[in-house]
Amino acid sequence: MYPTTYHKPETLETAVAMLQGSEEGKIIAGGHTLLPTMKNHLAAPTDVVDIRGIAALHGISDDSGTLVIGATTTHAEVAGSAVVAAACPALACLAAGIGDPAVRHAGTIGGSLANNDPAADYPAAVLALGATIVTNQREIAADEFFDGMFATTLEESEIITAVRFPACEAAGYSKFPNPASRYAMVGVFVAKTNGGVRVAVTGAGEDGVFRHDGLEAALSASFSPEAVDGVPVSPDGLLTDLHGDATYRANLVKVMAKRAVLASA
Amino acid sequence: MSEGIGARVKRKEDKRFITGKGKYTDDIRMENQAYAAFVRSPHAHARVLGIDTSAAEAMEGVVAVLNGQQLTGDGIGNIICGWAITSKDGSPMNMGAWSALATEKVRYVGDAVAVVIADSQSQARLAAEAVEVEYEELPVLVSTRDALADGAAQIHDNAPGNLIYDWEIGDAAATDAALAGSAHVTEMEITNNRLSPNPMEPRSAVAIYDEAEEHYTLYTTSQNPHVARLVLSAFYNVAPEHKLRVIAPDVGGGFGSKIYIYPEEITCLWASMKTGRSVKWTSDRSEAFLTDAHGRDHVSTAKMGFDANGRITGFKVDTIANFGAYMSLFSSAVPTYLYATLLSGQYNISNIHCNVRAVYTNTVPVDAYRGAGRPEACYLIERMMETAAREMGKDPAELRRANFITQFPHETPVIMTYDAGDFGGNLDKAMAAADVAGFAARKAEAAARGKLRGLGYSAYIEACGIAPSQAVGSLGAGVGLWESAEVRVNPVGTVEILTGSHSHGQGHETTFAQIVADRFGIPIDNVQVVHGDTDKVQFGMGTYGSRSGAVGMSAIVKAMDKVEAKVKKIAAHTLEASEDDIVIEGGAVKVAGTDKQMLWHEVGLAAYTAHNLPDGMEPGLKEGAFYDPVNFTFPAGVYIAEVEVDPETGVTKIVQFTAADDFGTIINPMIVEGQVHGGIAQGVGQAMLENVSYDADGQLLTGSYMDYCMPRADDLPSYTLEHNTTVCPNNPLGIKGCGEAGAIGSPPAVINAITDAIGTNDLQMPATPQAVWRAIQAAKSPMAAE
Repeated sequence: MYPTTYHKPETLETAVAMLQGSEEGKIIAGGHTLLPTMKNHLAAPTDVVDIRGIAALHGISDDSGTLVIGATTTHAEVAGSAVVAAACPALACLAAGIGDPAVRHAGTIGGSLANNDPAADYPAAVLALGATIVTNQREIAADEFFDGMFATTLEESEIITAVRFPACEAAGYSKFPNPASRYAMVGVFVAKTNGGVRVAVTGAGEDGVFRHDGLEAALSASFSPEAVDGVPVSPDGLLTDLHGDATYRANLVKVMAKRAVLASA
Repeated sequence: MSEGIGARVKRKEDKRFITGKGKYTDDIRMENQAYAAFVRSPHAHARVLGIDTSAAEAMEGVVAVLNGQQLTGDGIGNIICGWAITSKDGSPMNMGAWSALATEKVRYVGDAVAVVIADSQSQARLAAEAVEVEYEELPVLVSTRDALADGAAQIHDNAPGNLIYDWEIGDAAATDAALAGSAHVTEMEITNNRLSPNPMEPRSAVAIYDEAEEHYTLYTTSQNPHVARLVLSAFYNVAPEHKLRVIAPDVGGGFGSKIYIYPEEITCLWASMKTGRSVKWTSDRSEAFLTDAHGRDHVSTAKMGFDANGRITGFKVDTIANFGAYMSLFSSAVPTYLYATLLSGQYNISNIHCNVRAVYTNTVPVDAYRGAGRPEACYLIERMMETAAREMGKDPAELRRANFITQFPHETPVIMTYDAGDFGGNLDKAMAAADVAGFAARKAEAAARGKLRGLGYSAYIEACGIAPSQAVGSLGAGVGLWESAEVRVNPVGTVEILTGSHSHGQGHETTFAQIVADRFGIPIDNVQVVHGDTDKVQFGMGTYGSRSGAVGMSAIVKAMDKVEAKVKKIAAHTLEASEDDIVIEGGAVKVAGTDKQMLWHEVGLAAYTAHNLPDGMEPGLKEGAFYDPVNFTFPAGVYIAEVEVDPETGVTKIVQFTAADDFGTIINPMIVEGQVHGGIAQGVGQAMLENVSYDADGQLLTGSYMDYCMPRADDLPSYTLEHNTTVCPNNPLGIKGCGEAGAIGSPPAVINAITDAIGTNDLQMPATPQAVWRAIQAAKSPMAAE
């Protein structure tokens, strides 16, 4: 690891000031992406600003039917939360399946979204549930947030503070883990929301998480596993790597969509 | 409770391991310690045009930046391969030069070109990044299959066409004739996938040069410290043997990858002399993936003929073995004398011929990895048998049984003489334990759940207890493969065993103590096993090839024979009885049939006080022995895997795994079961999960656990283990060895089960979900496979 300076501010304002005052500052929360990258000499931030000391960014609450999860809330906290279990059990289930216990007790929802790893789980839930990403500057709809692999519409020094999930009627997530890394090779989140049925696919797309129109149309007509059968899923735009090519992933998108609907019941 | 042979006693060494008190090479800290970081090639094949070290040398904490020109200039020798193989035309193998630090060319990504020595590890690594190497990139060759093709990149000047040797065994003409006259011939093209060993502890070295004494000490992660000292001294000219002490302290797994002497250890020793500092290097996991010797990597075509009754008539194999960029220490022996000599399997086959071409590629060197050659042979034979049974409409178990060797000793056409076995008995035990009779019902039940259930067999045999020195010498080995031991009985009756075997997870401190407890009737806590230090142990050939039991313990038994003879003489003299009447039992040395006895420790004391010894007897009670085996040993067994495949995704679960092994005498069943469990885990890893992958430019794609799939606990079932024992007639304890069986026997059982489930034989390892799904699609519609 290259030398770096560590900061742990207690307010958002201080954090922003530290980022702006640094040559090349990075926000750190759970650190499960940033630290390995730094250890491998692939990132060399001059400063790391740990936002876990900012109390306002942490915690889970129900705001009149909207589930609000603070940015530094860990995956284990989401997985074990009674509030999440009551509002959206599929989300608790998704969080319980991220990485391993060590990852789940350090990794955070805000970190996962800001990083937008194409194989991360949370982007699928956020996009399918039509969540809103709240930052220190504004509110961003999920449909406007993800901007390709490892890219989001967040500005420099913009910090995610919370994620707001609207109530949903039914939701389910099914993941096909990469045999080696156990990241999602294909993860499909299906949700019946006020805005209709939404289906988000992670792990599979060349540009990161995406919604699948065909699956959404079929499941809008009939929210059942059988409805998936007739939907064509094209390999175009899907990833090919060591573990699965686009054709195999296209098959998995269908299978996981079906299983996600089953899981939503 | 007995602690002797056959007792399931807990491991003595585990207290320090599970409480974090083991002492590994990286735990060694010297006062004047500096750290080495290697500058490694980012290119798979390139000419080194120049190395600019000026920026690195100016950096904080940097002690020295050293390169290959300096290393060879100081007379450090090239890295050798210790087993000379002769091609079928009589020519010697074509071994290309391998310098610990590359001088003119680099030949794989990770090849070291320079080393930085600095005060801290971090400083060394930062400075290594600042060393500027100018390369001229050359065409790259990665694929085993393409290595011999016209126009392939040429890797070593003295190995034209990348061919290291073209070797054969068996009778080609007779085998061709037998195949031509066969009622049925099964043909397959079979790949044995390339694996990365991944011991839990990465490689490490601490080199200490004492200028006043002109003496070197090397702490290192080695399976065979004496061999390391011999090679470092005799071939690499690091130091004369009596001026070099090699210590392999606690070592966290090896699986073969720590047999070899790598560039890093050589460089650290030399750099310690150059800088006057102790030099430490510890590989991180990325470096381990880049530089630890890989295993396997064969491409073979095979033909097996059968007569109308299903008897094997002939077996013909053509193999290309990928050796990577350089010939590692035992690489040449693996696809020849550890592979082709096992191609008779458990079967009575009159005609066998195997041709092996070993090739260079721009990849990490390939050498022995748990099983070494024998897994490749077993996989080939056992997939052929299963496929042949399916093609001929025969039951795969009964086809095997009909061809089993039943008379021993049995001489195969590929120079092995099997000494003992009960192959039919192994099969019976495995089939009963696996409830093969109930399989059809289980398959139907799985089908009702939408799952494809399959069952596959593997009848493996291996040659272990490596190896009779004269025999291996005649086949080209550069060393003898005996073992030595010393048994020291202290004046208080406690015992120290000094052994040339090396434990890096095998539990020798327990097992070796058990055979002493068994012989002398003392508790295992009164026995200390000393190993891994060339200053303490007289000599030794180390641990690999499942040899520590069959060879290492045999040496201990020979030394104990001498101790026992002296003990009896002392007791007979003291108790005024005949030596022939003296027996050792229950911690006492007795005159049989009387109440006259000396306690064990009283004999020890008598030997050292020497107040009343027989005339002419030397004081003391310490004996040494060398043991050279007369033959290999032949562990054998039958493994049965049962799997369920999800046809929608290709995900395969091993739902049942049964192993019936014949290891000869078993000293500690718990430790043996642990060896089998670990071996099967690695075998399942090869069959379903693990695969080293390079891209066409020679970049390692599987350079971390994000992409290299190591088996995890939830990938594996609970195993059912059975033992069927025929003792080995050729060593004193009747031991055959158990270290590699699991890794050898399991891959074909798993693949045979998967192919049974999905109804096609066209499947290569690793059977990842994608590979299995594709095979299912291809079988459904042959066009879809294209």
